Amino acid sequence: MTRTREWLYAWLLLLPAATLLALFTHYPAIANLWHSFYSTPRGARPAKFIGLDNYRALVDDPIFWRALSNNLWYALGTIPLSIALALLMAVWVNGRLPGRGFLRLAYFTPTVLPMIAVANIWLFFYTPGYGLLEQITGFFGWPSHNWLGSQSTALPALMIVTIWKEAGFFMIFYLAALQSMSPHLAEAAAIEGASRSYFFRRVTLPLLMPTTLFVLVNAVINAFRLVDHIVVMTRGGPDNATALLLYYIFEIGFRFWDSSYAAALTMVLLVLLGAVAIVQFTFLERRTFYQ
Amino acid sequence: MSVYAPRGITHSLETLGAWVLGVLWVLPLVYAFWTAFHPPAYSTNFTLAAPLTLGNFVKAWQAAPFARYFANTVILVTMVLAAQLVLVTLAAYAFARFRFPGRDVVFALVLVQLMVMPDVLIVENYRTMTALGIKDTILSIGLPYMASAFGIFLLRQTFKTVPRELDEAARVEGCSPLQTLWKVYVPLARPTYIAYALVSISYHWNNFLWPLIITNSVESRPVTVGLQVFSATDQGIDWSIISAATLMTTGPLLIAFLLFQRQFVQSFIRAGIR
Repeated sequence: MTRTREWLYAWLLLLPAATLLALFTHYPAIANLWHSFYSTPRGARPAKFIGLDNYRALVDDPIFWRALSNNLWYALGTIPLSIALALLMAVWVNGRLPGRGFLRLAYFTPTVLPMIAVANIWLFFYTPGYGLLEQITGFFGWPSHNWLGSQSTALPALMIVTIWKEAGFFMIFYLAALQSMSPHLAEAAAIEGASRSYFFRRVTLPLLMPTTLFVLVNAVINAFRLVDHIVVMTRGGPDNATALLLYYIFEIGFRFWDSSYAAALTMVLLVLLGAVAIVQFTFLERRTFYQ
Repeated sequence: MSVYAPRGITHSLETLGAWVLGVLWVLPLVYAFWTAFHPPAYSTNFTLAAPLTLGNFVKAWQAAPFARYFANTVILVTMVLAAQLVLVTLAAYAFARFRFPGRDVVFALVLVQLMVMPDVLIVENYRTMTALGIKDTILSIGLPYMASAFGIFLLRQTFKTVPRELDEAARVEGCSPLQTLWKVYVPLARPTYIAYALVSISYHWNNFLWPLIITNSVESRPVTVGLQVFSATDQGIDWSIISAATLMTTGPLLIAFLLFQRQFVQSFIRAGIR
């Protein structure tokens, strides 16, 4: 094949995927920025250029700040705990515990369920006066509490659902990494007289670094991407206590139909995700270090 | 790990911990199962004498057009996967085995989608679908996901491991590039295809927010949105029926997972580690 023919061939192969990618990833990202400088067309009034007005409104919008801080707390509350639990689960399931087949299944099953089904199951679990949680607390004689209906417990209650759903997913990556580790390492360390916890801290954990990084990036993205359970369980309430950023975008865009303001909000989300991408990219080189 | 396997009291404590966690993890699911398979009177009354029933499933099935929702989901998942397999294969082949100007830039542009997924571009994609006049169709649910950066990346890595000699041998035999792709690369990448297919199927079976936004009628709603519409409308909050509906909608995927547990787990790992 001549060089020009090879070029042409490659571009033809790429064309279908590139067209769809451009239409549904690159174009919307740019159009989103563009539309965030315009007002939302309503009735007879067409969209007009309003510069940074949407962003000024955003800075003055207490619900936006609430959603952003909720989202950061949500990320801080779910990510470290689900990663730690995932590691613990993987170590346990990798060892010789009785019934580890059942345990692996128990830990992993929430992962294959749709978030919306998970949300329904937990909504029932949390139902005041009726759900299983209330049955248990009632059994001990503790007072009834509306977990999803009160400001202080609604977001933590949702965090538990997320941790429940995600820990098992992250577990399998740790499990794969643990199983690929050479048993000679442990033997050598044992001969050197290293204790179990020392071996775990100084050998196992560093060797799991690439996995942790991979899991971390995924967890961060999910914390900003997945709001299905909010739609089902709280609709952002009570009083915006559980509004996450994408959920707020959804409300503004498709309940109040203010697409321009939703576009400005989406820009914030895109900047956050871009920051994650940059962090991941800078860490990528260190990733190869251990492999 | 056997040298450092827990012994004695540590072993017992860790076994206990693992089981407590395991029981906690299945508890919500077991509860949902209990409620779905027993009459409403027994949903919070845990006695062995409670009669088993399929009545809740029958009621749920009759209360909403779940047959149609299931059909929509199957059509959606099949359509998305078929389109993905074709598009992703062609693009991955171009990136893995062709040299052309701008390749690295284009590849970087493809990878952008790993961070900026269609899931967050809902406002603009809704606008686009309205402009294309295909709002509220199954096609509009699937279209943004068909060119999958994740799939392109995954398959490109696999194609790169195919020995050049095989490729050249096929060319010497007179194969065109597309024939080489079909006869050499695709068969060798089978495990990757299976892994990708399983991940894609479970993703699109479970997807919710975008289908919720873009669909508005029974004819196009997938089963996740159908379930939400069903449980959000006033059912008198009969948890037995909602639990039954929830289990019903996840049933096919859950059964498939229980039957092919190993393949599922292997696929998720293969797709993740890349």
